[in-house]
Amino acid sequence: MSEEKYVPKTKLAEWFDSRLPLLSLSHHLKSYPTPKNLNYWWTFGGILTFCLITQIVTGIILAMHYVAHTEHAFASIEHIMRDVNYGWLMRYVHSNGASMFFLAVYIHIFRGLYFGSYKAPREMIWIIGLAIYLLMMATAFMGYVLPWGQMSFWGATVITNLFSAIPLIGESVTNWLWGGFSVDNPTLNRFYSLHYLLPFLTFGLVILHIWSLHIPGNNNPVGIDVKKGSNETMPFHPYMVMKDLTALLAFLLLFFAFVFFLPDFLGHPDNYIPADPLITPAHIVPEWYLLPFYAILRAIPSKLGGVIFMFASIFVLVGLPWLDSSKVRSATFRPIYKKFFWVLVITVILLGYLGAKPPEGIYLILARIGTAYYFIHFLILLPLLGRYEKTDPLPMSISDPVLDKPGALDKFKEMAGKYEGENVGTFK
Amino acid sequence: MLERLNSLLAKIFLIIFIIGTGNLAYSEENKAEFLKNNWSFDGIFGTFDRASLQRGYQVYQEVCAGCHSVQHLSYRNLSEKGGPEFLPEEAKAIAAQFEVTDGPNEDGEMFTRPGRLSDKFVKPFPNVKAAAAANGGAYPPDMSVLAKARKGGADYIYSLLMGYEEAPAGYELDDGVYYNKYMPGNKIKMAEPISDGIVEYMDGTETTKAQISKDVTAFLVWAADPHLESRHRMGFKVFFFLIILLTMVYLSKQKVWSRFSSKREKEEEEAFDKAERAVTEYEGEDPKTFK
Repeated sequence: MSEEKYVPKTKLAEWFDSRLPLLSLSHHLKSYPTPKNLNYWWTFGGILTFCLITQIVTGIILAMHYVAHTEHAFASIEHIMRDVNYGWLMRYVHSNGASMFFLAVYIHIFRGLYFGSYKAPREMIWIIGLAIYLLMMATAFMGYVLPWGQMSFWGATVITNLFSAIPLIGESVTNWLWGGFSVDNPTLNRFYSLHYLLPFLTFGLVILHIWSLHIPGNNNPVGIDVKKGSNETMPFHPYMVMKDLTALLAFLLLFFAFVFFLPDFLGHPDNYIPADPLITPAHIVPEWYLLPFYAILRAIPSKLGGVIFMFASIFVLVGLPWLDSSKVRSATFRPIYKKFFWVLVITVILLGYLGAKPPEGIYLILARIGTAYYFIHFLILLPLLGRYEKTDPLPMSISDPVLDKPGALDKFKEMAGKYEGENVGTFK
Repeated sequence: MLERLNSLLAKIFLIIFIIGTGNLAYSEENKAEFLKNNWSFDGIFGTFDRASLQRGYQVYQEVCAGCHSVQHLSYRNLSEKGGPEFLPEEAKAIAAQFEVTDGPNEDGEMFTRPGRLSDKFVKPFPNVKAAAAANGGAYPPDMSVLAKARKGGADYIYSLLMGYEEAPAGYELDDGVYYNKYMPGNKIKMAEPISDGIVEYMDGTETTKAQISKDVTAFLVWAADPHLESRHRMGFKVFFFLIILLTMVYLSKQKVWSRFSSKREKEEEEAFDKAERAVTEYEGEDPKTFK
């Protein structure tokens, strides 16, 4: 089912489309060929688009009532929660929406890691995705400052202070970021301005992300190229639209469970205490989705070192398509990589847990082990695995019958094992 | 090789797990567990008990309001749906008990007038500094969102009110500092506020310390979250709707997909049989001859 070219049915459509090919674009989006074996892990792209739009829509409404001033910010949030019609709903959707956005993006990223979606020819999708992730973190961090509660203020203080670790110019950079000599009204104002701006940049990057996806087409759970124009692909609409919609509605059940029944569960109670520059909270912790990086930051004994490692932990992912030199994409056919993938998942969760704990004693030791493993995984294990791992034989195509029957894949591998060294791919 | 890797990884995790959890056991601070109550507002169908909220308002007004503000509440909230639901006249009468500073008038002078429904709750002190100065340097926190601003929420507030005790022997306490089992650090600058019979309820409810604490806690939870009831109600409707929609969308999806797969199923079935036959036939032969 390859993609057919759009043929205008009327003169008007032809006139319009030859001047601005929006009809061609819409036709492309509908008929875009997707591998028929995409599983539900592939629905998170759609879920994430939904999350971004939800954040923008609720955010615009909140911005109509919010006041970005240290004297009024906290009270204006309470005004939204109490007096604005359905203001509580907008705000709870927005604050829990941020968490759901990150939950979905983590699943999306780990799906990419498991199935090798970052490998050629999809490096550009991966790198744009990382840029989106960075923007998301910056946006979420600045959004958390806006209610001007205790965690807002002290979180902003801790994070902006990181820049003072830069040699020579650190202090000037920090003062420049603050717009003064401490986190204060100018800081709040600029954070608000940027918090409103960045989602639109993110939206632009999302378009590039999808554009760069539509050039090679989707990866798939088997990780081998699909034959375009064969029965291995199905048009995006209605097949993937229906599947994405099903997954989105299931995701909304979780989302709304938080919004309506546990709206403050994911936040910190201290952020309902108005910011006070004279009282430092016992433990300053970021939101849950930033905790792994917070753990890495504090695992390194020097401040500058911590900052470098924290940023490196994200930038190392940019090099991933080249660090992982294995030609096989899907972990399904990489027995050793598969193990290390799960070790990485557990390590990141462990780091998240440790990020919420004070950096002392056993917590600090574990955070250091976790940080070390994180970098070893990407910088040492992946290049070595690419060279020495013995991968399982790949099927010929994603419609290879061995993939459809339960247990058939194992049988296939077993049979193929008998003919070790041969190119099993030539089975006909 | 793979099995050895497996067992090695398993061992490493076991060790980390044991160290991690073993450490947790004694690193947890010796914090007292909060007293538990069956709050009517807990759970997905939770609602407030109107009578309890009305009593709670009375306790707030007679006991707490001398020091603690609730600056984000308005008097009109007292008669709104989902709250204590005083009658509008009652709420008006409550508001009128307070002197509100307004102005400036035509002569440029500030003046006081009786409170109206639209006014925010009158604060006991003009500002934080004045409040702290009048309370031995400790600022009595605004109670508008107190129930959200403390770990444990309602259970914490109730436990704190019930948690005043004699300090253990040898425990040093300065003047004006009290011992409380549930306060982080056990030291609190607020004297025990609630005792048996400190208020007199009009509806004849017994005025034990526990009952009074319960009522004022419920009031504070409502004050922090005045839309709790409508949130729960809407949540229920949303779930009801979503589950039905999800079922229908899922079934439609299955139907749509079956269009695609039924066409293929036959072909694939045949291909599978063919492959299986081929393998059995040629097993043991030179695999290169497979065709």
